[in-house]
Formats: sequence, C-alpha cells, structure tokens
Amino acid sequence: MKLTQGCFSYLPDLTDDQIYSQVQYCLANGWAVNIEFTEDPHPRNTYWEMWGLPMFDLQDAAGVMMELAECRRVYRDRYIRISGFDSSHGWESVRISFLVNRPPREAEFELVRQEIGGRAIRYTTVRRQAAHAST
Amino acid sequence: MLDVPHATTTEHNETHFDLRKEAEAAGITDTLQQLEQELVGLKPVKSRVRQIASLLLIERIRQRAGLASAPPTLHMSFTGNPGTGKTTVALRMAKILHGLGFVRRGQVISVTRDDLVGQYIGHTAPKTKEILKKAMGGVLFIDEAYYLHRPDNERDYGQESIEILLQVMENQREDLVVILAGYGERMTSFFASNPGFRSRIAHHIEFPDYAEAELLVIAELMLKERGYRFSAAAREAFEKYIALRRTQPFFSNARSIRNAVDRIRLRQADRLVSDLDRMLDVADLETIDAMDVLTSRVFSGSADARSAVP
Repeated sequence: MKLTQGCFSYLPDLTDDQIYSQVQYCLANGWAVNIEFTEDPHPRNTYWEMWGLPMFDLQDAAGVMMELAECRRVYRDRYIRISGFDSSHGWESVRISFLVNRPPREAEFELVRQEIGGRAIRYTTVRRQAAHAST
Repeated sequence: MLDVPHATTTEHNETHFDLRKEAEAAGITDTLQQLEQELVGLKPVKSRVRQIASLLLIERIRQRAGLASAPPTLHMSFTGNPGTGKTTVALRMAKILHGLGFVRRGQVISVTRDDLVGQYIGHTAPKTKEILKKAMGGVLFIDEAYYLHRPDNERDYGQESIEILLQVMENQREDLVVILAGYGERMTSFFASNPGFRSRIAHHIEFPDYAEAELLVIAELMLKERGYRFSAAAREAFEKYIALRRTQPFFSNARSIRNAVDRIRLRQADRLVSDLDRMLDVADLETIDAMDVLTSRVFSGSADARSAVP
C-alpha cells in the first residue's frame, strides 16, 4: 500500500532533482527546511523525529541534499519527509511537507468499524501488523 | 532569487560563438576591469585570475558546443603576507565564478578555525557541516587555513574538520568552491603535512608584497574614497613614512596603510579643532598637511610599531 501523506504523494516518488528544486523553492521563500523521520507513519502521528536542526540560513539546496543523503543512509528503512516552515508573521506554520523516503516494505493501515450507542458508527485507522503481509 | 537548474543539458549543439558577447553576458569583462582598476599592483595575481576566468569561459562554451569537458576543479589557495588583498580577490573570484555559472549562488562564507573546529568530542563534525551547508552553491573562504592543523597535538579536532572538508571538496565539486588563504611559509608546511589538500587544489596563487610606490597609490586611493587628499608636502612625508614603516615589525602592507590613513585623519581633525578661532574652508577640511603625517610615532623611533595593529 503506497502511503499518501503531504504534498505530491499521489504522484510517483520525487527524484532527487525534483526534491532539490522543491527545497530550493522553500529556501528562496525564506522557509526553514526540516528533515524528519519516523517508524510510525500513522496519519495522526504528527510529530516525527527531527534529523538535525532546522535549516534556515542556507543559500543552496545542496546543503539539505547532503543531510538527506546522510539521513537516508542511516534510516533507509523508515519514512523520511521534508517540511518547510514559514516563520513570517501571520503564517507561523508548515507551508509544505512531502515524503522523500519510504521503507522497502510500506506500512499498511486498515479502517476498523465499530458500532456504538444505537446505530452510530465510529471509525478507527489501525496499523496492520507486518507479519500478516509477509511474503 | 532565481533558481539555476542543477545540470543543464543542451540538445542542439551550437557551432559559432561570439566571444565578446559571451564574456559580457557572463559579466567577466566588467569584473576583470574592476579588478584591474581597483586593485593596485598584484600583477601575477591578476594574470592568474584572468587565466582562470578565460579557462572557465572557454569551458562553458565547449560544454555548449558538445565537446568533451570535465567539470574543472576550482579549489584554490591564496598565499601571501598580511594585507596583500587575499580576501578582496576572493570576493571578486566568487563574482567571476557566479557570472560563469560555476557556482550557483555566489555567496562567500568567510571562516577561520574557530568556525570549523569544535571544543569537545563530537562537536567538530556538526560545526564543520553547518558551515559547509551554508557555503553550498558559493565559495567557502578559509582564512589562515594552517591553524586547522596542529602538528604538536595528535588528537586535535582540526584533523576531523580537515577530513570532512576534503571529502566534500572531492565529492561535491560542483556544489562549492573552497579557497584557502594564509601566509606563505606556514601554508607550505600545512600542505606538506596534508598532501590531500595540496592535490585537491588546482590553483595556487601567490600574492606578492606591495612596492613602495604601489603603497603610496593605495594610500591616495583610500584618501580619495574618504574625501581627502594629500598636500604636496604631505605626500612627500608619506613617502618617507612608508619607507620607514616597512622596515619596522608588524608591517602588513595595505592594512598598515589603512590604519595609517585612519590615524592621519585623526590627527588632521585634531589639528583643525585645536584652533577654534579660525574660519575653515572646504580645502582645509579635505587637505592632509605634512604635519599630520610627520607627527606619527613612526618617525620617532619604533614606538608606533609596537602599538600598531598587525
């Protein structure tokens, strides 16, 4: 199951050149670029771990690509995303976020339906255990 | 800031090129002219910079013509005594490289050992990488580079920094240009103990000391920039000043001249203010008198040399 989170996730995975251009766009806008990674890509897990510090004073995206290469080398089996944080007044939020690395075997989620109080229904996203999807 | 594409590929190979137009489009004619006009002396440096600029221009045209072209190694080392214009030339170099598209952004990050080397274990690598990331797409200027290597201390963290630098200089040649600068002899011994650096640097440029006549021209340029001029007598006095100052310790070429000019301005102001009952005219304000120069401590033994900023 291909995880779809953030920008461009319905497109084929971005190539490094495309990532470079996106990051350069972020830097040109003065956004702080972050590299984040996680083992648990549940849609409600907002806070991923950060790789290093936010990069806000770079001129060229090559610096971010260098860090990304390092992060991929260490955490090739995890999800890695790049986000751009706009600190300007009135925005103060993440303006862009996209996946840049997927583990060889992607996480699987399913929707669990639960009946509560009369006929009301509650849905929960549950991660399917990797053992089930074994080869 | 416009984005310059990572790698340009041309499908149609051009066959004819107008060199003058190419050079002007890249802005090197302007930059080289500026270099010629604003920097006094430095003949070997200028000719070397011109050679490099020409090579880069031709290299770029060759690329477009579809001829074989390896991305040139652009790392450089500038050696020379203090105050011979190494930093100034580095800034110009960045402009030329940017104009020709060999660096994408053209910023110059100027650092010394303190910016690269940490104080405890595990501190150096992030620090060096931080600087490298900032310098990506531009020029990293490492002043007094020999301080990176401390031969007397085997466990010095400088070595770690050197290794990271070398790795990036080799693997990301198209992303940044490193310029090492320092005083001649110490750079030679630095390269001797770090052969990796020497072989990765394509251009070794030596900055000669200025001749006395050149120093005088520099002084006059500096005064002109600040809106002053020498009187004929002051000019003569300053010639003597240069001859004397050169023989004293801590002489650092143009930098000493700049300090001297600043002190002369102080003395001129002092002289004008000491006589409050006088009517001043513009000529008084902008003229440096022989007295302003001659009261320097350089003329009364070497006291000045001891207190002078090296």
